[in-house]
Amino acid sequence: MTEPGRFRFMEGSEAMAEAAIAAGCRFFAGYPMTPFTELLEHLARRLPEEGGVCVNAESELEAVGMAWGAVATGNRAATGSTGQGLALMQESFSEITRAELPLVIFNMARGQSDYFQATRGGGHGDYRHIVLAPADIAEAVEMTQLAFHLADKWLNPVLVYGDYLLAHTSEAVKIDRVEFGPLPDKPWKIDGRLAGSGRSRNVNSLGFEKGEAGIDPETFWKRLAAKHEAIAEEEALIETLFTEDAELVVVAFGSIAKFVRYVVKELRAEGIAVGFVRPITLWPFPSEALARAVRGAGRVAVLEQNAGQMIDDVRLAVLGEAPVVGIGEISTDRSGFGVGAIHDAEFIAGRIRDTL
Amino acid sequence: MSQSTIVPTGAPPEQAARQTGAEKPRLLLSEQHHLCPGCGEPLAVRMMLEAIEEVGMAEHSVGVVGIGCYTTFSATMDVDVIQALHGRAPSVATGAKRMVPDSLVFTLQGDGDMVNEGLQEVVHTAARGENLTCVLINNGVFGETGGHMTATTVVGQRTKNTLEGRDPAYHGHPILIGDILAGLEGTAYAARGSVHNAAGVAGAKRRFTKGFESQMRGEGFSFVEILTMCPTGWFVPTAEGPGYLDDVLAEVHLTGDLKVDGRVTTTEERRAETARNAAEFDRMTRAGGGSDD
Repeated sequence: MTEPGRFRFMEGSEAMAEAAIAAGCRFFAGYPMTPFTELLEHLARRLPEEGGVCVNAESELEAVGMAWGAVATGNRAATGSTGQGLALMQESFSEITRAELPLVIFNMARGQSDYFQATRGGGHGDYRHIVLAPADIAEAVEMTQLAFHLADKWLNPVLVYGDYLLAHTSEAVKIDRVEFGPLPDKPWKIDGRLAGSGRSRNVNSLGFEKGEAGIDPETFWKRLAAKHEAIAEEEALIETLFTEDAELVVVAFGSIAKFVRYVVKELRAEGIAVGFVRPITLWPFPSEALARAVRGAGRVAVLEQNAGQMIDDVRLAVLGEAPVVGIGEISTDRSGFGVGAIHDAEFIAGRIRDTL
Repeated sequence: MSQSTIVPTGAPPEQAARQTGAEKPRLLLSEQHHLCPGCGEPLAVRMMLEAIEEVGMAEHSVGVVGIGCYTTFSATMDVDVIQALHGRAPSVATGAKRMVPDSLVFTLQGDGDMVNEGLQEVVHTAARGENLTCVLINNGVFGETGGHMTATTVVGQRTKNTLEGRDPAYHGHPILIGDILAGLEGTAYAARGSVHNAAGVAGAKRRFTKGFESQMRGEGFSFVEILTMCPTGWFVPTAEGPGYLDDVLAEVHLTGDLKVDGRVTTTEERRAETARNAAEFDRMTRAGGGSDD
């Protein structure tokens, strides 16, 4: 338990669990998998204390199903896993998106290799998730709460992309409830109270209306596609630093971006014209803001902890205005912290200098 | 069920004809359904909805509907509905029941949905003793795809992909899901009924009522399985469907109470109940088809 407004030294998993509770999350279901396990542990302990429920689901397939049923009742609810576990949940994610339910999903990933999974998804059909990628624990506390707000605002799943460093390291953080503004009511919520009234509700992914014969999938899917276009226009978030006069702009997301930002500041202090861009939302990808930020730069470098995934989106944003090179790599260790050689200021500085 | 009377035709009627019984249960928004003539699913769904009304939960019920022909009822049942993925309804119902525990929460699933795609879901939900009711309408085929083998297809049953009949050496054996669930500690009530004749239909409603009452008492997991005819998915004429159900499906998936008050019934008890139901059917048909059950 944390007192509002007071700093406490805590693990990122605990901070995100407390942030979810501060946001009003009252249901969670999950299946253990490193490094997601601690988030589940904290919620299993804390949710009942808050009058909520945490079910230790027998599989990821069932975890996402339980969260689906809970969120359909109008309560704030979440599930999560690592990318491996989320792979099992993809079918449900696409259905839940089409059922327009505000589910929050945590990927405490084993690095950054789940960028494609997070931003493209592996489910069927046309669907999109908002994806928030915090760089440190303090930002994860805010992003976790923003996730619940955006989910309710758009009636669309929101995924928070964490990793080993967020899950397993500790920082002094405080958990204050963040207010993001008013939200619409939930007249669609399934609580059984309109049964038998002729006005009962129907939460579904097929476009069925109550009492209507048949479905009209084309109209239904086009409306969802229009919603996703509106999200793309309104919700993109980005951080930029020293981009006005940068000859080289380095793009990074999530935990590794914290290291890159530090190195870019150090190089600037040496007088090197390098800039920094961090997409905070991976979808919608902040393409226009990124294109503006790299305008005038002779070169764009993408540093990610994978074989090269976000670089596709950076290239689509830059549209050939500047060469885009990948300077990250698959990098991990055997310590259980998923910290590879790449999580090192000198390593990153070397990669950036080589690109200049 | 509405009363039937013999209408004298030797003289003009003394008063104008008028409807004396409801054409549809209160919890149906439409008298129309989009399933085939001769299908058993609308009968099972009707009995389920009447049972919800009888146990007094008409204004407090949530259905989680799987994927099959019956999914169309998610639009016409006047209860709050969450449509789930194929096989996933028990977990979705779990999440819903935990958040609205005062509601009557049930799933509606076919055999392909529950026993093929979602077998672990229903087993885990039962073992957890989740206080909800899972409803299986079992016709031994994937009706919506046109009559293909499921995990409950009985040995010898012809389907679109077992044209010579299910051969256990080649296609394996059916799963008697109700029997498995009855044996789990978390299951409070389990029963298997059928809608192949009037006594079966009346019995189906009794089983739904018992299952829902068990949930309302908070006893844990309850399970109601109803055997239904599939006129387009079976290799028999529609009119012979009820007899085929009785002779072939119900001979393997024995009907009767499977678990009551924490005790699993024996095969002999189930056969005895089937015999009693057959005798009741004979009595009802001799009486001219009417019954106030």
